[in-house]
Amino acid sequence: MIYWDLFLAFFIPNIIGYGGGPAIIPLIEAEVVGRYGWMTAQTFAETLALGNALPSPIATKMAGYIGYDVAGIGGACVAVAATVIPTLLLMLGALGLLYRHRESPRVKRMSQWVRPVIAMMMAWLTLGFLLESLDSSGAIHTLIIGTAAAIALIRFKTHPAFVVIGALVYGGVFLG
Amino acid sequence: MKPSAVSWQLFWAFFRVGILGFGGGPAMIPLVRAEVVTRHRWLTDEEFADVLAIGNTLPGPIATKMPGYIGYRVGGVTGCIAAVIAIILPMIVAMIAMLSLFSRYRDVAWIRGMGQAVVPVVMVMMAQLTWDFFDKSKAVLGWLTSAVMAIAAAGLIYWLGVHPGWVIGAILVTALLRPTGTKKAEGPV
Repeated sequence: MIYWDLFLAFFIPNIIGYGGGPAIIPLIEAEVVGRYGWMTAQTFAETLALGNALPSPIATKMAGYIGYDVAGIGGACVAVAATVIPTLLLMLGALGLLYRHRESPRVKRMSQWVRPVIAMMMAWLTLGFLLESLDSSGAIHTLIIGTAAAIALIRFKTHPAFVVIGALVYGGVFLG
Repeated sequence: MKPSAVSWQLFWAFFRVGILGFGGGPAMIPLVRAEVVTRHRWLTDEEFADVLAIGNTLPGPIATKMPGYIGYRVGGVTGCIAAVIAIILPMIVAMIAMLSLFSRYRDVAWIRGMGQAVVPVVMVMMAQLTWDFFDKSKAVLGWLTSAVMAIAAAGLIYWLGVHPGWVIGAILVTALLRPTGTKKAEGPV
């Protein structure tokens, strides 16, 4: 059942992903591209690029579009609900308990210990994007776009939206 | 104030946050604070810090937990729904509209070229996130523990094919249940 699969594909990343929306991206990729094969690495990268160029939380934008792409409006609703509702209900329901333990070393440890695993999955996803780009655009274009994007984002702190627009223009002209 | 009036205020407050907040949830927290504490005075500074701390004890995106909780606290269930819808819906609609249009013309060569060209950009963005997460991890756990945990997890997930949920779930349970004390240097998991 597609709705159930969609629910699980977004429920699991969101219930284990400590570190906010960005931490959830590699976990969603593992489900959507790796496990269920709903999207190729290329379409996932395009979705993520637009997601990073637009404002508002990244996890719900990804869930909304991927859900829609897989199963229409109903799919979008299921994926977004699986992203938002479980942890929100936990927060509302267990507020007193969480408040008492918010400074607890064990609770702090949870997000700290998960971080290296998330970092590793992000590194893996970075490598996946590199291989995808080498395959589709070739080494020279990958090097040009990657270097330009790195300089713009890291050195000049350019807004991600402008970097994505720049890449779109480059791609339309040189990769068409 | 009537409940509906509060819900509208919540809606517009989080609509503004959603439209102006770039860079994912954690980057949006100062904007949430500006609306909730400075502009509308729904929470004091201290209460806001508590809500943020509680939100961080839970997994999942922070940018939906905070509006949901604050909306509920200020305007009940209606307020909760209004706040969450306001922050997420506009850009979900924008994503669906833009990407659907894009995939309709995927067969056109220059459109496909545009899609290919963004892959190195998301690669750089993901590399930045990787660095950021590993750096934070290094600061708390030290680089050796972080590296050992990362390599062990990579082996389990990508070599043995264990679902990441089991790996992370096991770490979460261990972190929660294992006694705190001096025995911390035994290694990961």
